[in-house]
Amino acid sequence: MDTSSLNFIDLSVANIVFLLFVGFVGGLVSGFIGSGGAFVLTPAMMSMGVPGIVAVASNICHKFPKALVGAWKRHKYGHLDLKLGIILGLSAEFGMLYGANLQQDIKARFGDVGSNLYVSVAFVIVLAIVGSWVMYDAWSLYRRRAAEHAEPTARLAKWVHGIRWLGPRFYSHGAKAHIPWLITLPIGFATGMLAATIAVGGFIGVPAMHYVLGLPSMMASATELVIAFIMGLGGTIKYGWSGFVDLRLAMIILAGSLFGIQLGAIGTTYVKPFMVKVVMGSIMVMVLVSRGFIIPVYLSELGWISPIAEGSAKLLRQVSFWIMVAALVGGAAIVLGALIRGMRARPT
Amino acid sequence: MKWIKLTTLGLIVATLYGLLFFNEQEVIRLCKLGGWGFLFPVIVAFVFSIFHGAFTSLFWDALGVKANARDEDD
Repeated sequence: MDTSSLNFIDLSVANIVFLLFVGFVGGLVSGFIGSGGAFVLTPAMMSMGVPGIVAVASNICHKFPKALVGAWKRHKYGHLDLKLGIILGLSAEFGMLYGANLQQDIKARFGDVGSNLYVSVAFVIVLAIVGSWVMYDAWSLYRRRAAEHAEPTARLAKWVHGIRWLGPRFYSHGAKAHIPWLITLPIGFATGMLAATIAVGGFIGVPAMHYVLGLPSMMASATELVIAFIMGLGGTIKYGWSGFVDLRLAMIILAGSLFGIQLGAIGTTYVKPFMVKVVMGSIMVMVLVSRGFIIPVYLSELGWISPIAEGSAKLLRQVSFWIMVAALVGGAAIVLGALIRGMRARPT
Repeated sequence: MKWIKLTTLGLIVATLYGLLFFNEQEVIRLCKLGGWGFLFPVIVAFVFSIFHGAFTSLFWDALGVKANARDEDD
């Protein structure tokens, strides 16, 4: 594709301030739950007139340095399982490439609307299953008044740790157990594929590391940053090779998000483990509702259901977008609230 | 000492962003190059993250926003 015709927009001060703010809030959430801060950035940039592919490419370009800084910060708090992160990151890279190709095929066959519908349905299915489970688990931990810094290892994870017939295993210091290599492949692949589809691979990666591999949720959210770094670097190379990365946009978002990610990482040291699940589950459920509002619009545009009036479609789009913004801001507010409460309670 | 480091890093970050935006047209041209030109955004993003990451960490620290000592000791 000839990139010379691509519109790299003129940046106004209002645009810059807006991107700095969204970057900060997104970084705050990512530093806390390992990912999840980037999904409003692509639509936010597109609303400023940035072409879709440039928005996706610039978003990915800001993610890998942000994830690097976040991972380093969480490593200092002892939250990181670097070996597992690298192992999952490599298979995630393949998942991302496969997911991106699948997206292109769907777009070629069904056009932009078909591609948007695919993304929204993927959001709804994944978030409905994983989001409701994460919320349920957080609620039951809260009700049982689980010990402040102890989390029971999930039954599935205990079973995985006991598997000896599935080929070679490696030791994960996060899980404090041996894990078969083959188990990590589908998890990494699915994480990468989801990242290519909805820009938030962590919605699979973090719960899978916790419930399937047995990492404490705090370590799962930190290790996800390693996966995000590897995927982000691969994605930047892929899109940069085609000349789609608008470095100005990426660096503005990075400016805001690095302030946020440091704060989010500090926030994790003040909360009980179930809070990571509460924030992640809440965001997932709200994004699920947001995508639920937009699906009828795409179905109508594809002619698969009776047409929806233009005014109603516009309203549904706006409701969907603002619920997504509320999910991010709400998540950020919980993180900030927890941080402020924790710091006030800290003995001086 | 902390404030000198913070100020120095702040000035480096401001310079980096200044360079990026005062040379905006050249930056856009390099971004659109494609091929091995991908190295430009990758290297710039790395450099920015190193200096800006260090700056933001010190920034919150200077404001008294620090990690809970219990977890730092883990």
